[in-house]
Amino acid sequence: MSKLTKLEQELRAGRLSRRDFLQATSALGLGAVAPSLLSPAYAAPNKGGKMTVGLGHGSTTDSLDPGTYENDFMIGSAFARFNFLTEISNSGELVGELAESWEVTPDAKEWTFKLRSGVEFHNGQSLTAEDVVNSINHHKGEESTSAAKPIVDPITDIKADGDTVTFVLEAGNADFPFLVSDYHLAIMPSKDGKPDWESAVGTGPYMKDSFEPGVNLKLKRNPNYWKEGAAHFDEAELIVIADVAARTNALNTGEIDMMDRCDIKTLHLLQRNKNVVIEEISGNGHYTIPMRTHLEPFNDNNIRLALKYALDRENMLQTVLGGHGSIGNDHPIGKGQRYYAADLPQKSYDPDKAKFYLKEAGLSSLDVDLSAADAAFAGAVDAAQIYQENAAKAGININVIREPADGYWSNVWNSDNRGWCFSYWGGRPTEDWMFSTAYASGASWNESAWENEEFNKLLVAGRSELDESKRRDMYVEMQRLCSDEGGSVVPLFNNYIHATSTKIAHDENMATNWANDGQRYLERWWFA
Amino acid sequence: MLLQRLSLGLITLFVVSLIIFLGVSLLPGDAAQAMLGQSATPETVAALRKQMGLDQPGYIRYFTWLGGILQGDFGVSISNKREIAELLGTRFSNTIFLAVFAAIIAVPLALALGIMAALHRNSIYDRSVNVITLSSISTPEFFVAYILILFISVKAGWFPSLANVSPDTPFVERLSKCFLPALTLTLVVVAHMMRMTRAAIINLLASPYIEMAALKGIRKLRIITRHALPNAWAPIINVIVLNLAYLIVGVVVVEVVFVYPGLGQLLVDSVQRRDLPVVQACCLIFAATYVLLNLTADILSILTNPRLLHPK
Repeated sequence: MSKLTKLEQELRAGRLSRRDFLQATSALGLGAVAPSLLSPAYAAPNKGGKMTVGLGHGSTTDSLDPGTYENDFMIGSAFARFNFLTEISNSGELVGELAESWEVTPDAKEWTFKLRSGVEFHNGQSLTAEDVVNSINHHKGEESTSAAKPIVDPITDIKADGDTVTFVLEAGNADFPFLVSDYHLAIMPSKDGKPDWESAVGTGPYMKDSFEPGVNLKLKRNPNYWKEGAAHFDEAELIVIADVAARTNALNTGEIDMMDRCDIKTLHLLQRNKNVVIEEISGNGHYTIPMRTHLEPFNDNNIRLALKYALDRENMLQTVLGGHGSIGNDHPIGKGQRYYAADLPQKSYDPDKAKFYLKEAGLSSLDVDLSAADAAFAGAVDAAQIYQENAAKAGININVIREPADGYWSNVWNSDNRGWCFSYWGGRPTEDWMFSTAYASGASWNESAWENEEFNKLLVAGRSELDESKRRDMYVEMQRLCSDEGGSVVPLFNNYIHATSTKIAHDENMATNWANDGQRYLERWWFA
Repeated sequence: MLLQRLSLGLITLFVVSLIIFLGVSLLPGDAAQAMLGQSATPETVAALRKQMGLDQPGYIRYFTWLGGILQGDFGVSISNKREIAELLGTRFSNTIFLAVFAAIIAVPLALALGIMAALHRNSIYDRSVNVITLSSISTPEFFVAYILILFISVKAGWFPSLANVSPDTPFVERLSKCFLPALTLTLVVVAHMMRMTRAAIINLLASPYIEMAALKGIRKLRIITRHALPNAWAPIINVIVLNLAYLIVGVVVVEVVFVYPGLGQLLVDSVQRRDLPVVQACCLIFAATYVLLNLTADILSILTNPRLLHPK
């Protein structure tokens, strides 16, 4: 990728100010480029029009219950129909959404949110603190099947009082306001003391017109939407187009205004279309190759380090992602996150170092099985073969086992049936969330079964620490521990790539917490 | 005789449902695991299984389901609790619409091409029609679809590449949206029917009664349509019906490429999610389609053959 396009992306992703962008481009001798990036698209939003979106996810088995949302189609629909207590803005800051402000006790255990007044649901019902309590309780308890259960389980008590809601936590958590921005924790109206998800009613920017799971969702603008400068389209339709070629065709013929998950292999062809803009966001989504650290031979950290040095990450980035991503450093924290450890030495391909660590482990060569299926991510099998080739030079024989994609997550991943396999994480908005989900002792998705006392202590301490700089040091140390002692190889962070017609405009900044501008494209974008 | 065929058909359906049930049960994972995917924990899986009724043994679930079917109740989808009858309704009518649309183009075309080919046997026309139809049947469907999209939709812009119809789509718009998928299916099925028409007619052209007709001085076209064709109907009808069945049950790939909300996509999604009641319902519909169409073919063959119509 040329230096310029990289700068453009950084500018779009909001990691580069306009001034820095201009400086960097003039340093490249490219002073007069891409003026369009700097001005017109960011003019004041227009109202109106029908936005048609083609999405790769979505299934006939999708349900409206927010506890079951797990694909991009339902996540996008959640942000279109619902509001949440808090929101991660397009510049990455946490701002209040239905909560106007919040307070916390010094031990970070009791969080009190003050609700915005005068907010109405699509059905005319007014938002009350009771609705918030019921909506959160929907995910709690023995009977809950919600994917958000691990997030809300530490809540021991929720109290509604006038226009405030107080959450009492088992243990302090400084990130709690981030957690309630999760797309599962939609605020729904109550009906007989239960949240009413069947009606799909929320307080969000758009109202459901019709929904056919696995086919489409039609929405119309919420005329009473409380948020200023948001929800610009009159109507919107999300269409499930599972086949990426079909999605690309539809964008080319103008039948849709936006597609997600562009095909990397044909991206250069799509680029030729003058009416299409391709946008990349480097977010927190990343690939992992977790080793079960309690099983032979991965219980020896020397073996883990040998394997970490035996991989040519650059090579994998170019082959699997065509350069559309960045290399990982064996921890799950993305460059855009608050406590990203920028100074941590990058692990790179070094067969000699790998051999050294093998020797430390008392071995001269090593045979390991690596399970892969394209269910983990598109190109996982290719990635395994690249690893195999790289590692051979360090005397490590990787035997690639091609697993069936069907049932991969229940039979291969996160189970002791296999010692080493591929996995994918969409990333989490906070460090603590990511670590507690997949690296903490006892977490059900601790895919590498990693038990590190120091790490686990830091994790608990960091969670309730309210002093920013102390907190930063703790998280940097945790990233170092993951990188040097952890059980997962984290080779790549993938970019989210979507394409829109040139008619679509959006703010200068694009959120990086999820794909497609934090999946809030319907709320934030407009027709230029 | 008809009654016997019908009851055999019912037994076939029963056996099919049993095989499907056993087959899906043998697949790794169940609906609860498939639904929660990567985000499954043992507790949520257990809770979901209980909610879905998957904690009961297989044979009980099968007989409960069978009991429901016998009373005309397809049950509810286990993954999103929707009535299966409602879920199938629009999709089945979409599938039938596309099949009928494709058949209306394909069947007359195939018959005309086949009769003409028999008439001008071994001519340039005969050979080129054979080459063209055989190449289109030998090309994978998705490839035919992409080629059509590229030229007719992307380059020329005559027809849309998305066939995302909904129940409130006006009829004319529906025709335009479905044109490319119907054309793709036509290209896929024409060869088989056309070749059978040609072969069946040519086979008869050597018969003494056709020679007699020729000696009487009747024109060739009339010999074929009035003398040969009536006796060639039986094999032709069989092939046409086989292809009609294919148009209904074999169009998953075309549905995916054109984003057409038919039964095929529903079946694929449901198998992935191990949503057994929906899989069963789709398969029953597909099996019933085959049984009924084959029955129709037999009846039509009998009607067109006086010897079978009036047995001694």
